[in-house]
Amino acid sequence: MSVEHPDQRTVEQLLGREPESSQPAPHDPGDGSLIDDPALEAPLVLGGRSLHEVTEIVCGYAERPAPKWWLPALLVSASVAGLGTMMILYLIITGVGVWGLNNQVNWAWDITNFVFWIGIGHAGTLISAILCLFKQKWRTAVNRSAEAMTIFAVTCAGIYPAIHVGRIWFIWMVFPIPNANAIWPNFRSPLLWDVFAVSTYATVSTLFWYMGMLPDFATLRDRADRRLRRAMASGGARSLPDTLRAYIYGVFALGWRFSNRHWHRYEVAYLILAGISTPLVLSVHSIVSFDFATSVVPGWHTTIFPPYFVAGAIFGGFAMVLLLLIPARELLPNFKDLLTLRHIENMAKILLVTGMMVGFAYAMEFFVAWYGANEFEFYVFMFNRAVPDWLHESGAPYWWAYWTMIFCNVVSPQVFWFRRCRQDVRIVWGVALLVTIGMWFERFVIIVTSLHRGWLPAQWHMFYPTIVDILTFVGTFGIFMTLFLLFLKFLPIFPMAEIKAVMPQADPHPDPEEAPAMAGARGDDPEAAGGAAPAPAPAHPEEGR
Amino acid sequence: MALADYLPIPTSKLPAPLRGPSTKFVLEDGTPVHGMLAQYSKTPDLVHAVEAVRDAGYKVWDSFSPFPIHGMEESMGFARTKLPYIIGVAGLSAAAMGYLLQWWISNDYQMVVQGKPYTAWEPFVPITFEIGILITAFTTLLGMFAFNGLPRHHHPLYQSERFLSSSDDKFFVYIEATDERFDPEATRKLLEKTHPDHIELIGQRD
Repeated sequence: MSVEHPDQRTVEQLLGREPESSQPAPHDPGDGSLIDDPALEAPLVLGGRSLHEVTEIVCGYAERPAPKWWLPALLVSASVAGLGTMMILYLIITGVGVWGLNNQVNWAWDITNFVFWIGIGHAGTLISAILCLFKQKWRTAVNRSAEAMTIFAVTCAGIYPAIHVGRIWFIWMVFPIPNANAIWPNFRSPLLWDVFAVSTYATVSTLFWYMGMLPDFATLRDRADRRLRRAMASGGARSLPDTLRAYIYGVFALGWRFSNRHWHRYEVAYLILAGISTPLVLSVHSIVSFDFATSVVPGWHTTIFPPYFVAGAIFGGFAMVLLLLIPARELLPNFKDLLTLRHIENMAKILLVTGMMVGFAYAMEFFVAWYGANEFEFYVFMFNRAVPDWLHESGAPYWWAYWTMIFCNVVSPQVFWFRRCRQDVRIVWGVALLVTIGMWFERFVIIVTSLHRGWLPAQWHMFYPTIVDILTFVGTFGIFMTLFLLFLKFLPIFPMAEIKAVMPQADPHPDPEEAPAMAGARGDDPEAAGGAAPAPAPAHPEEGR
Repeated sequence: MALADYLPIPTSKLPAPLRGPSTKFVLEDGTPVHGMLAQYSKTPDLVHAVEAVRDAGYKVWDSFSPFPIHGMEESMGFARTKLPYIIGVAGLSAAAMGYLLQWWISNDYQMVVQGKPYTAWEPFVPITFEIGILITAFTTLLGMFAFNGLPRHHHPLYQSERFLSSSDDKFFVYIEATDERFDPEATRKLLEKTHPDHIELIGQRD
């Protein structure tokens, strides 16, 4: 066999035979996860880790002191979040006039940011739910952080529709709450559908996230409990952090004790949650697109909007996952063993596919605007968006926004046709950044360029953001990053139970040919493996069992 | 599953009817035996062990692993959960209630919007769907907890420090003393045949 599996190499060493070559196969320039041979299964966890080492690595992030960069990063993002919160307070105290909205452009950055953030959230659900239904085992490396990202992004998204109503103290009127005036909401309005869709989405995502974390909370609880018992047995003092951990993680674990009867119901329930989250995520962004599509504004009134918005949401969300996890992979110890180059490559492929879908949607809505022979719709696409004002007398002053969108969303992911670009994390990160920018511009183009020219030229107004607009948007990034940094420090950032379940040690009926591997290096018994195995990098060296 | 397991009061201080089934075996210090715990290090060993316990006819027993193991319901011989039916009924009823809510409010509080009919079914579809999903999700999570007898603040197994490794990399089989076939000698013999790393008795302590 010309291509050597990393596991195979370990086995050869254990059996006392020198491996054929100590170098990775020539066409695998990466970390050993980029195996092309379909006869071999690419490893999902690198470094020949045992089950215990996975526990050590993942719990280590939550138990050990934070890396040096963590506290400064948290302080910066929390300050930005505070600034954004002050802008929101200023808006509530003063009124929506502090934004750059005018009579013609009455939705601008507020709804742009709302759709931007809610779209980012969708990739998390896609990774956790749709890839779960399709039994894509590689999702285990990214699903926890992607789900966290979903919830934090929905938190940021939810701020905008709430504050853009102006008199926020009447926001309760969107819910069907019996009241003295006997006023009820209008259930035929897509804006009300949006309220139900987004609040259901936020709730179900949180339940899904929590349910996934339940066994990992129990692991953190048991580890803190063991350290406390050892301290008490040796007559030492109970450490306060461990007491807090045993208590807080213990409360969240709700008495989970890894029973296989429980696991059975847990897996059924998890599959059902994944099954209902999949249509949910599709419905949520379809309903978001109804906010526009059910209106009669040229440029909004199109039937392609629901699938186009969903594809765009997945596209933007995967870009955000990559944007967050590639730096985390570099900054946190051992992260690379769990999030391999293959994971990055798979996500780059998804960016390419969804980018092409979005590009098709851009082309198709342009084509239909022409083919549909509605002169107003065609005018919006041609002269409000595509043709620059320096080429045509009634050209678009917003041409740069449109072409930024096209470049970032359609052109830039095309580099992923090349293997080298998919496997270079710097290029992937750069494209992910461009896509994130492009997806913000997509929503800006849809909203502002459609609105800024009314039916009469007297209604034509440009939109200029104020400093409050800008700082509120920057502030939501602060809120998002603050929440994400807290997640990295305090919660199980990888689904330990799910990762262990896809490792070779989890196979209840291992292939007899691989039996030596199972008994030795890949086994769980550190006493048996410790002596012979080529020692992988220690999980967290100074921590004993 | 005894009520006593869920009360934050020590079992010994509860009135007898609430204490749950008692066992005839006691530990050396006089504590009633709660069950026998065997520890394994590898997934295949656990699967072979649970098959042996299943074939020996035990009913009140369980196995523990840090991750779900494929095909465990067959190896342990328990029936597939009925949870999906309950979830289906709850989700469909919630969707029906969601539709009814919208229909009733729109009929009661008639708003003229673009001259459209007040109670046409089409605009009610999205919210009906969302409410159905919301309640399905809650039923799934809470139903899973209810069927599993969770939350539960303590379990006798946690007296064993070894058992804490069930959340890390060790596998366990636990046969409870309330099982008809439980016998300290015979059960230990059965478990010893499955090559465990360790066997211990767990007492019924609070």
